[in-house]
Amino acid sequence: MAKAKLTFTDVALTVNVPAGTRIIEISEKIGSGITYGCREGECGTCITRIIEGQDNLSEPSALETRVLKDNLAGRNDRLACQCQVLGGTVKVKPG
Amino acid sequence: MTSDAPAIPTADAARPLLQRPKEVADRVTWIGALDPALRNFDIILKTANGTTYNSYVVRGSAGVAVIDTVKQEFTEEFFAKLEEVVPYDEITTLVLNHLEPDHTGAVPEFLRRAPHVHIYVSPRGLQVLRALLKDEFERYEVTTVETGDTVSLGDRTLRFLTTPYVHWPDTQCTYLEEQNLLFTCDLLGCHYCDARLFNDKVGDFRFSFEYYFDHIMRPFKRYVTEALDLIEPLEIDMIAPGHGPVLRAHPREYITHYRRLITKRLASETGAEKTLLVFYVSAYGATAQMAEAITEGAAESDDVRVSLFDIQGGDVTPFIDLIEEADGLAIGTPTINGDAVRTVWDLLSSLVDIETKGKLGAAFGSYGWTGEAVGMVEARMQGLKMRVPEQGLRIKMHPTGDELEDCRDFGRRLAAHLAGRPVEREIDMSALLGR
Repeated sequence: MAKAKLTFTDVALTVNVPAGTRIIEISEKIGSGITYGCREGECGTCITRIIEGQDNLSEPSALETRVLKDNLAGRNDRLACQCQVLGGTVKVKPG
Repeated sequence: MTSDAPAIPTADAARPLLQRPKEVADRVTWIGALDPALRNFDIILKTANGTTYNSYVVRGSAGVAVIDTVKQEFTEEFFAKLEEVVPYDEITTLVLNHLEPDHTGAVPEFLRRAPHVHIYVSPRGLQVLRALLKDEFERYEVTTVETGDTVSLGDRTLRFLTTPYVHWPDTQCTYLEEQNLLFTCDLLGCHYCDARLFNDKVGDFRFSFEYYFDHIMRPFKRYVTEALDLIEPLEIDMIAPGHGPVLRAHPREYITHYRRLITKRLASETGAEKTLLVFYVSAYGATAQMAEAITEGAAESDDVRVSLFDIQGGDVTPFIDLIEEADGLAIGTPTINGDAVRTVWDLLSSLVDIETKGKLGAAFGSYGWTGEAVGMVEARMQGLKMRVPEQGLRIKMHPTGDELEDCRDFGRRLAAHLAGRPVEREIDMSALLGR
């Protein structure tokens, strides 16, 4: 299975993950400050800043796109409960 | 009205004055509701003087705007005042600065009576409005507005300021340009009910103003700062909040006071140093030994100031101010009856009053049998939006010499995280299976 490197800069930790892993599956277990509300892509609590590797993430769904817009998210922001790491290197920190 | 709450004015005294609209500025009319009998707001606030739900009508030469509404139980009172000021067909605009129920209780009925109005909300307000109106949402014309957007009422102009998280994600302010009048909703408001309405006429509400800030705005100081950055450059002749007195006398003082309330105290005491607070409770001295060793290790760092506190049996309240301005927090607790000890929970539950997002958190403790308290404290820290970069340190019974060295290392690593020079680590996802 394809692998990817997912780095959480706020806790200085890189986790080697299988392609397709969502950030939510990892961030709480390693103590990152990314926090969650609904966990279903609606509330926008888990907005996360993508520092590197934006292109290595899954495309945002229509719901994620709308929630990001409603929450005035920046160009490099994604919802940690929604986006999947597809490969390569991705670096994130709490939004 | 309860008999044991002789606030001035009393509910009965205020009542005759409640029924009429009140002009607060030229062509700006208060049409809100007074709730003098309220004694508890949103569960978290005592309201010895009740509160008000302020709503305003702004009349321009080519339009009439309603700014916010009232709590649902005051809907009829609201409509009675509104109808005295303006017929529904003349109303063009509804501005919702904040969608919490105490300001939007009359919105659904208002829209049934004036379905033609154009609604303006912040971008985040849109999702709450959708939830408020349910299936009726699609019937109405809604526009999201951000800082700098304006709506013309002819010879009056409403300009919007996006001021999120004071205290909900949706909050915004609306500035009436021609009259230097700022509608702030919850910002700069307070729970104080007095039918005399203006700050130079009502009783002494200073306590209520600060009490409200402490419980509503304090956890959002960072966002209050951003809001004030937008507001301070404005010419301000009047502040019309969503609760409490209309601030027409020296309104700038209230903005200045908010600025004072959000400013760090004695900031030069720590300067560029990062601060780590180590709190502990210890049953047999083992967790105390850990706390001291962690403190020793962290204190080796020149750019981190470390402080150690034994909180057993003490009141945790005085520590809240300290934690608010600290960069990191390490908490030690033994595990007793499968739980962290009460004083630790008292401390952690008190942190709801301050902003903890992004602070460094760490947990440690000695245990005899199970040791789950450390994980519980870490989970609470994560719930408080803190980062917990080092897995909690647990030691069975009293620490050995080697284990005390582990504690010092733990402290050194916490200091390194605070100082921005942590050792980068890499693990496989399989290492997380047990967490």
